Amino acid sequence: MRVRSWVAMGLLLCGGLVAACGDSTEASDTSGDDPLVVYSGREEEYVEELLDDFENDEGIDLEVRYGDSAELAATLLEEGDSTPADVFFSQDAGSLGAVSEDGLLGELDLETLERVDEQFRSPDGTWVGTSARVRVAAYNTDVLTSDELPDSINGFTDPGWKGRIGFPPGNSSFQASIAAMILLDGEDATRTFLEGLKANEPVTHFEDNEATTRAVADGEIDVGLVNHYYIYEVAREEGDIPVANHFFSGGDAGSLVNAAGIGVLEGTDQPEDAQALVEYLTGEPGQIYFPAELVEYPVVADYGTPEDLVPLDDIDEPDIDLSELGAMLAPAQQLLLEVGLL
Amino acid sequence: MASCDPALLDPVSRAAGLDPRPEDRRHALWIPGRSALRQRIPPALLAAAAAVGGLMLLPLAYLILRAGDADAGTWNLVLQPRTLGLAFRSAALAVCVTAASCAIGVPLAWLTARTDLPGRRAWTVVVALPLVIPSYIGAFALIGALGPHGMLQETLAGPFGVERLPDISGFPGALLALTLFTYPYVYLVVAAAIRGLDPSLEDASRVLGRSPWATFWSVTAPLLKPSIAAGGLLVALYTLHDFGAVSLMRYNVFTQAIYIQYRGAFDRTPAAILSLMLVGLAGIVLVLEQRARGRARYYRSGTGSKRPVTVVRLGRWRWPALALCCGIALLALVLPVGVISFYLVRGLVGGESLALSWSAAGGSIVVSTSAAVLAVVAALPVALLSARYPGRVSSVAERLSYSGYALPGLVVALAFVFFAANFTPMLYQSLPLVVIAYVVLFLPQAAEPIRGALLQLSPRVEEAGRALGKSRLRIFGSLVAPLIARGAIAGGGLVFLTAMKELPATLLLRPTGFETLAMRVWTGATAGLYSRAAAPALLLIVVCALPLYGLARRVEVREMQDVDVRAE
Repeated sequence: MRVRSWVAMGLLLCGGLVAACGDSTEASDTSGDDPLVVYSGREEEYVEELLDDFENDEGIDLEVRYGDSAELAATLLEEGDSTPADVFFSQDAGSLGAVSEDGLLGELDLETLERVDEQFRSPDGTWVGTSARVRVAAYNTDVLTSDELPDSINGFTDPGWKGRIGFPPGNSSFQASIAAMILLDGEDATRTFLEGLKANEPVTHFEDNEATTRAVADGEIDVGLVNHYYIYEVAREEGDIPVANHFFSGGDAGSLVNAAGIGVLEGTDQPEDAQALVEYLTGEPGQIYFPAELVEYPVVADYGTPEDLVPLDDIDEPDIDLSELGAMLAPAQQLLLEVGLL
Repeated sequence: MASCDPALLDPVSRAAGLDPRPEDRRHALWIPGRSALRQRIPPALLAAAAAVGGLMLLPLAYLILRAGDADAGTWNLVLQPRTLGLAFRSAALAVCVTAASCAIGVPLAWLTARTDLPGRRAWTVVVALPLVIPSYIGAFALIGALGPHGMLQETLAGPFGVERLPDISGFPGALLALTLFTYPYVYLVVAAAIRGLDPSLEDASRVLGRSPWATFWSVTAPLLKPSIAAGGLLVALYTLHDFGAVSLMRYNVFTQAIYIQYRGAFDRTPAAILSLMLVGLAGIVLVLEQRARGRARYYRSGTGSKRPVTVVRLGRWRWPALALCCGIALLALVLPVGVISFYLVRGLVGGESLALSWSAAGGSIVVSTSAAVLAVVAALPVALLSARYPGRVSSVAERLSYSGYALPGLVVALAFVFFAANFTPMLYQSLPLVVIAYVVLFLPQAAEPIRGALLQLSPRVEEAGRALGKSRLRIFGSLVAPLIARGAIAGGGLVFLTAMKELPATLLLRPTGFETLAMRVWTGATAGLYSRAAAPALLLIVVCALPLYGLARRVEVREMQDVDVRAE
């Protein structure tokens, strides 16, 4: 018995070793002599294909480390000048802003910068947006029509919405919209809004936007506060779902337009290759990929609006400098905690 | 026969003649504080323990470095009444989870080791299995199944028209999730200790007319006190540093405040101060554990007789006992596996391919096995020092060994990012670094069972060896090592299982392209594709279950053969 279990354990270990070694040799095959190191806060699932295309089209090898945007930003801050990273590709502007503030990002090529809509790049030219997303209210079309929904996110404090709304309070996109509200209306007004929302007993056990959207589709809630593309994502897994996006028209934080973006590390030893990646993502390949594959908005005006989406020009979006949003994230989380929503 | 703390066995033991000198109890107790202090700690042992202690100091050094940047604004931010409130919530959760884990783990250990529980052998393995389910996956499954609009509600909606179940999130949910997936620490440590007990003590009590119940409370339980305290400590510190389960259950604790600083404010200074406070909280837990453990020492003088243990007949109590086992297995094992399988099947039906990531499984196994081996090696000097040479030096080394385990994985990972990237770039983003980080994170899980085993072995055995003129190394190799093998295997096993589930340190420190199963689960879940997260999650559970099965079986076999070392 004892011998057998040792043999079994040995076999398991050997199998593991072989598998791991096979994996690492494979990895070293694709990496040439000195690949461009990318820290990506955007999920592998969504951007791997585009980055593969870049390698093939430009002949530049990439070494991509996937992770959570905020944790990768924290990693970059700890690594400082010793970072092996050349490029930081982030899910949100906040993480890029934090790294930029520490002086770790270099200035981007002016021509590339100016191609992108002004609202989607940092004023100091250290990072640039790659695609944009809008906050919406995803609603169940079996229960509601768009005109029954409020023009402003503040409308959800009306007692008529008691028990019908849901959102993921821990999610960074949701928190960014609260941060935007603090920037626009101040902390007191935001607290009043959150208290009103809380009084309506929202459903908040969701881990992310996706789970929230699913709950709308299942009828658990009538309205979910999410990013605009989640209804397409859930539909991909579930088939047809009775959910549609409602875009707020009040010009408030409810329709915050946020961007994923990219920056080049100051200390990179491959500035040309890094710049090539930035150009690729903000140029035609990226600007066609994001709307077509991920139903996100392009950040360069020439590429229009994906089908089914309200054009950005028609959205009465709040007037916010995205690079200031990061500083309001912690106060937003603090408020959510104090009100008891987080 | 055995020598033990007579106060614990009084009066039955005295009547049974177990206490060799009832008239002078102090001498029946081997008080290590006295005799060992005169023994000098071997320099090699001291050097090894110092090396381990130095490694464990790294996260603390990092935190102190970062906290040094604090200005008045930072202190204002940190020193709020809210922070104190969070500390209180963390402490309350840790106390409740520990108490609940002991309430589940200790009876299960006793039932599976000493009674005629129906299906006892199978239960030995089954009730240990929830350990392989990461608490964040467990919490996710609990919400999916028992949440206000979960699967249970859906089932009840048809026949009973239940529209909404009470919300389990908050304190009850966090307590439930953490208890269900951490009680096996108590169960495994206590079960190992029960099997190491000399059955003659319990037999004596029963022969003298005590009921099995009274015997358990007056003889078995006191003898198990050190191992219950050790298992409880592992649970309490796990609860303090956990982030995944509490954030899913939305119960705000200390780790949440730390994460907000790192991930929301990108401000490392308040995060460092808060982390140091968490270490302080863990320090209080350590002191409490030391109190609970007491100064009692209990040793078997040898391996005792080879006769099998007397099986306690449960009689009609077997049904409640069986119900307890079934209930726990249902909530902590069947339910999460069921929920994951549901997502897997739904994905497969939806055309998702069954992506069994063997390379990720291989990666998980390699780093976790290496971490288990290295953790045992690193834990040995600490455990030896603590068990054989108690004093100031050893208690400092021991407490240091807990500092990594008390911190959230992200904090330890960032400490290693800082040191490795800036001072040892060769080591940065390499597998050895991942393994070292695991050792720092999980060392106590290896050290506790080893120390437990050492404390069951009388130092007189070693003294006898020395009296016969054998060298320390020789004594260790021929006497101590075989006897503590049980503790080392248990400890290594715990580290292996916990390392398999580790996420934050793996993500930040791994070589690019290297993958583990836990990462696969995370990748799937963050992309919102639960069906894609389900396959690696199930594979993770299976890969963990196999060695756990081996571990539990081994204990069973051991029980029959017992350790064949003639020490006398």
